[in-house]
Amino acid sequence: MIKSELVLLIAEQNPHLYQRDVENIVNAILDEITRALARGDRVELRGFGAFSVKKRDARVGRNPRTGETVSVAEKMIPVFKTGKEMRQRLNGAAPTSRSRGAARARA
Amino acid sequence: MAGRTVTRADLCEVVYQKVGLSRTESAALVELVLSEMCDCLARGETVKLSSFGSFIVRDKGERVGRNPKTGIEVPIDPRRVMVFKPSNVLRARINGIEVEDEA
Repeated sequence: MIKSELVLLIAEQNPHLYQRDVENIVNAILDEITRALARGDRVELRGFGAFSVKKRDARVGRNPRTGETVSVAEKMIPVFKTGKEMRQRLNGAAPTSRSRGAARARA
Repeated sequence: MAGRTVTRADLCEVVYQKVGLSRTESAALVELVLSEMCDCLARGETVKLSSFGSFIVRDKGERVGRNPKTGIEVPIDPRRVMVFKPSNVLRARINGIEVEDEA
């Protein structure tokens, strides 16, 4: 599924919204996650997973084709850890209405 | 590190601010976006979000693991895992580089 398909799917379930609104909603969510990570914050979405950032130290790399050494600057990388409920669902456990409701209540 | 944790409530607030919907409806829509993504992944399908990243489901084979504390071998059953592959745009933004969105 790609972003436009996700937008379509949600628009179909919300006929009172313009497709453009749904697009804005999806983009607002992704944008906020991105901005939080850029600030160095963690993003935790119960039942789905958590995003965080890790620092990668500067290192001396090598161009594999030419063998030349190049210095690679320090950088931050985004990491994602799958949530417990999602991990269970991937392995066949049906989502319980209780855990879904609980996830919502906690958030 | 800043160390703050952003949750659903923050995402709902942003959606509420940006799109002219009620708080209740904003919250319901954030939930719907996430649950549609979850459903798709639970079916084993990849979710690709341009300029953000992709969530990919991988099948892991059975292997023998070891309890690091006791050294006892334990079989690890075949299982499905989900991995996130950040897009170049996301990587750049996290490092403070603003990039034009690829459509």
